[in-house]
Amino acid sequence: MSSKISAGGGPIVEVAELTREFGRRRAVVGVSFALSAGECLALFGPNGAGKTTLLRVLAGLLRPTSGDARISGIPLPGGPPARARVGLISHRNMLYEALSARENVAFAARLYGVSDADERVEASLQRMSMLERADAPVRSLSRGMQQRVSIARAMVHSPQLVLADEPYSGLDESGARALTTLLRELRSSGTAVIVVTHNLSEGLSLATHAAMMQRGRFIRYEAVDGIDAVAYATSYREALAGD
Amino acid sequence: MPRSSKTKLPWLPTVAGAAVLATVIRAAYFTPLEAKQGAAQKIFYLHVPAAWVAFLAFFLVAVASGVYLWLRDVRLDRFAESSAEVGVVFTTIVLITGPLWARPIWGTFWAWWDVRLVSTLFLWFIYVSYLVLRGAIDSPPLRARYSAVLGIMGAFLIPFIHLSVYLFATMHPMPIVGKPSKPSLPNEMLLTLMLSLMAFTLLYFAFLRSRYELATERDAFADTVIDDA
Amino acid sequence: MTDTLRDAWVIARKDLSIEFRTRSAFFSAVVFALLGLVIFYFAWDPTAVSVTDLAPGVLWVIFTFSGLLGLHRSFGIEIQDHAIDGLLASPISRESIFLGKVTANLIFVAAVQLVAIPALVLFYNLPLGDVFAPLIAIAILAAVGLVAVGTLFSAMAINTRLAELLLPMLSLPFFVPIVIAASQSTAKLLSGRPVAEAGAWIKLLLAFDIVFVAISTLAYRFTVDD
Repeated sequence: MSSKISAGGGPIVEVAELTREFGRRRAVVGVSFALSAGECLALFGPNGAGKTTLLRVLAGLLRPTSGDARISGIPLPGGPPARARVGLISHRNMLYEALSARENVAFAARLYGVSDADERVEASLQRMSMLERADAPVRSLSRGMQQRVSIARAMVHSPQLVLADEPYSGLDESGARALTTLLRELRSSGTAVIVVTHNLSEGLSLATHAAMMQRGRFIRYEAVDGIDAVAYATSYREALAGD
Repeated sequence: MPRSSKTKLPWLPTVAGAAVLATVIRAAYFTPLEAKQGAAQKIFYLHVPAAWVAFLAFFLVAVASGVYLWLRDVRLDRFAESSAEVGVVFTTIVLITGPLWARPIWGTFWAWWDVRLVSTLFLWFIYVSYLVLRGAIDSPPLRARYSAVLGIMGAFLIPFIHLSVYLFATMHPMPIVGKPSKPSLPNEMLLTLMLSLMAFTLLYFAFLRSRYELATERDAFADTVIDDA
Repeated sequence: MTDTLRDAWVIARKDLSIEFRTRSAFFSAVVFALLGLVIFYFAWDPTAVSVTDLAPGVLWVIFTFSGLLGLHRSFGIEIQDHAIDGLLASPISRESIFLGKVTANLIFVAAVQLVAIPALVLFYNLPLGDVFAPLIAIAILAAVGLVAVGTLFSAMAINTRLAELLLPMLSLPFFVPIVIAASQSTAKLLSGRPVAEAGAWIKLLLAFDIVFVAISTLAYRFTVDD
């Protein structure tokens, strides 16, 4: 159904010693990792650890201060070609409240120059079970539904890399299930995903890799295979306490 | 950067202060009175150099703004901020001395046909908006970027104000009591003017430097606060 | 280049759809303009000042202040729910975002003037004669300049603490050449002078538009890229 821009085989995200500073405040410090097609990185860490900043750099909203970051081989800041390959889900839903779900998703389709826009919009809404209230103004929808629309919006252009910043926040049961199914489907269709979440078990069950961030650095980074969930949870609690 | 010790006299402010004092004495006592305008004309030696500094300061703000957007060096932002604060003071002096001079000479406090005076008024507006804008932004990088944009926009505005007032004045000749044509200055007066220009420029740089040092110290302190947090 | 224009139109359409949905900013601006006309009317002594002397000032002052009402909401809609991030993370260029907003604001201002100018003619019994076409040309030139500068400052003001106060404060010094040129040329036209006499002012407006549309478009990216 979706025609993806070919990744050409290399990693979809490659980050080496990435640093982002705001004046003297160092939000992301020397972060390195890589993700190939179909892989998923779960990113954990206390508030203020730099997770959102890292995602915003990869999404093209912030420039790296130093270090190297590439999206499908395009070095950041990569401009339009890099941004076209990324889909961003944030806990701020980035929607226009006066417009309907359908209009919001269609607008995104136009921004990304999506071909067969009408079909893709419907498909995206359907995946997030939002067809029924697709024409109501977004402000009349519940928080959970708004989040679903936001996710549908982020997917409409079939990105190669999905950045999801606490995507489960605000979602109800069925919304959360739809999201998990979606993320699994994305992985099997070759999309790379980075998920920021506070929910350890959810994150570890979705991901191929896990990273723990604190004060801008990756204090742990490993493949999920072979992680002892209990020990991981303990070290996570320690990280939260130590911050 | 070595601090100027309290025992040594800082040279720039001292020289500037001496120059201004010398100018004032020369202007008041050793420069002839202008025939038609009398004693009031002596404000000229304060008004004109202040205007020169006001525009110089803004020119430097605009240049620093442009270079900042290119290089993103925070020192350029500090420089622009300092030049703007010093500049606004001199601009205010121009706007006060202007009417004080105009009233006895032209019979009116404010002259809308005076292109330079009105341009200075708008310079004042831009300076004030620049400083208010800076005050309204908490994040230093955002503040630096936004002020730089305003600094550059302001530089483009001044020529248009100049042109608008010029057109306005040529189309609406105003009845003025004794509007002076451009007088050619006798050497004595020219010398005083030159001295005054030099003294005010030195004063500008003296104020600029201390304001810049203050900004540097303030930012260093703010950084230590962040580090401790 | 055509991509930029096409993307700008996508943004403009979206802004106009949102405005059309609520219409609140439009009605506020229209009511403000009409009330302004009424207040100026009652502040006027017709025996001292003729209508052709009064009208240009009234028209262009009201144009400026009602324009500011619309400009504020231009980026206001992007702040809610961080919608601006959606625009910035997409492949469209920063210039397209700016030009799209300028286009939407221009249409907004034009729509308000479509009500305000006839209202002025009606309320003040202004004899327009055949100056209607040049007047529209002046209005368009003035609107372009106003909207170019106002949109840029609106993008900046929205991120500051005193947004509603800062937008007029930043913009008004820049609006002055526009208001002077528009009022003076309108006054010349209304008092029956040939269009050529207003020529210098119209050229000033044109020069202002060219310069400020260019630098505002170039400057916009510095207000968003970090």
